[in-house]
Amino acid sequence: MSTVTDKVPVFAGLAPLPEAKGRAGFGGALRSEWTKIRSVKSTLWTLAAAIVIGVGISALGNWGQSSHTTETAVELAHKDLVQRTMFGIILGQLVMVVFGALAVTAEYSTGMIRTSLSAQPRRLNVFFAKLVIVTLVAFVVGEIISFASFFIGAHFWATKGVTLTLSTHGALQAVIGGGLYLVGAALLAFGIGAALRHTAGAITLGVALLFVINIITNFMPTSWQNDIDKWLPYNAGSQVWATQHVADVGTSFSAWSGFGVYMGYAVIALILGLWVFERRDA
Amino acid sequence: MIEVRDLVKRYGDTTAVDHLSFAVEPGRITGFLGPNGAGKSTTMRLILGLDRPSSGSALIDGLPYRDLRDPLRYVGALLEARAVHGGRSAFNHLLYLAQTQGVPKRRVSEVLELVGLSGVAKKRTKGFSLGMGQRLGIAAALLGDPKILILDEPVNGLDPEGVLWVRQLLKALAGEGRTIFVSSHLMNEMAVTADHLIVIGRGKLQADMPVGQFIAQFSDTAVLVRTPEAEALRAAAGERGWTVADTDLDGALIVTGSTAPEIGELAAARGLVLHELTPQRASLEEAYMELTRETGEFAHRPAPAWGGADGRA
Repeated sequence: MSTVTDKVPVFAGLAPLPEAKGRAGFGGALRSEWTKIRSVKSTLWTLAAAIVIGVGISALGNWGQSSHTTETAVELAHKDLVQRTMFGIILGQLVMVVFGALAVTAEYSTGMIRTSLSAQPRRLNVFFAKLVIVTLVAFVVGEIISFASFFIGAHFWATKGVTLTLSTHGALQAVIGGGLYLVGAALLAFGIGAALRHTAGAITLGVALLFVINIITNFMPTSWQNDIDKWLPYNAGSQVWATQHVADVGTSFSAWSGFGVYMGYAVIALILGLWVFERRDA
Repeated sequence: MIEVRDLVKRYGDTTAVDHLSFAVEPGRITGFLGPNGAGKSTTMRLILGLDRPSSGSALIDGLPYRDLRDPLRYVGALLEARAVHGGRSAFNHLLYLAQTQGVPKRRVSEVLELVGLSGVAKKRTKGFSLGMGQRLGIAAALLGDPKILILDEPVNGLDPEGVLWVRQLLKALAGEGRTIFVSSHLMNEMAVTADHLIVIGRGKLQADMPVGQFIAQFSDTAVLVRTPEAEALRAAAGERGWTVADTDLDGALIVTGSTAPEIGELAAARGLVLHELTPQRASLEEAYMELTRETGEFAHRPAPAWGGADGRA
């Protein structure tokens, strides 16, 4: 601890600060949010867990399916094996929900939001800087998961005589789409987190919307399912990491319109979150 | 300068801040005093733009906090000791604050050195004691070399050495012409730290005056005396026109209308043995408690309550 002397010249030994230039703005907010993300171990562990779970489940699933299938290469070629290689996204998305929610709720649960907002009281800067950083980080992690899953899965299917490469019909778009889908999961949770300001609540609602709701609709009458199913976030969003769409039957969206619907949910959550973030007492 | 004008903050039916108006001037320490729940923290959050007032305004040199170009360079704030993420190091906590407005990185190390936390700069704040947390909060407040400091209970949880350190730091900062606005729920701490007092109770302004005036107005000059020759002292004090009262502390007397040096000199002149001679501030603390409990009863002087738990409150 510091030594106590009588009359302390407070800033003795401290270099004077350069003159303030410009106002605390968006650039500073971006640098600040990047530091926040990278300087907490729990965030880094969450991202590592997303990769391990996403890629790991994909690998296990494709290893299992490829070694037990009785179908011939010709039959398999009619299946959407590209999407199947990224099977782990179904669980990986849940970890991305945790990442997206924590990026904002951790500030409230620790009380540091008040420190953050007294340094940068223009809240839109803080919100959008955080949003940009979360999006970029989720994109990188999401693409790692989808590309790694694809290449590992392709390796297993090659043993069955099916060749999957990025130039396979629709594959490149689907694999990029897998990463984008994970970005959407993080953003949905980010918006919910900003609106609820509560970690457990935000994660629960995020997981419910992306996962549990699909299980519940299975118990509904078939006629309802036909109307509702394609609008569910997971069903709509997963079209972007598929190479086969049943749009002609009228039950499914195309890749990008499905992704649009899916991102629509995220945007609604983000608008709600932004409104609460900007308006409510911190 | 901080100016609060007719500020009101309601939470549902509760009025936390009730038509509060005051100004905090530069170059001195303004103590913001009130019991827990009086509305001190709410007022500070309103000044910092963290909460929206129900009506009225709080301005920093004429501007709402949100309109300050580079708030850290202008106002340093310590809100709660624990407004940090426990998983982040002290250094990174200050770094993300510094980065919001181009405060150079070396400044982070400098303020950590200043508050005595250099040795734990890279440690996660989860393991910090309450006192270390407060020092980190003070480091954050000093990061931008601000001309205004707003500190909510900065000595909470500090050991006596830390309390003294904060007191000296604040005095030095005020001496440099900065505006220091510091809250406390402890009258005695403020009596020795602040130059000016703003006292609130139940969200309402109760007093706004220099500390000296507050003490003069609200405290009796009273001295606790223990002597084996009580009757002789009583008689001698009576000759001088001082009032001597018994206490329920066995054998101790309370002398009012005099000071400790005067009583000591009188005893020496008469050859009386004294076992204890203690100036009392009990009535100052009592006055403050009464003031903040009974809103609007500003001029009310409570009866002295001698011989409480330890007689010093």
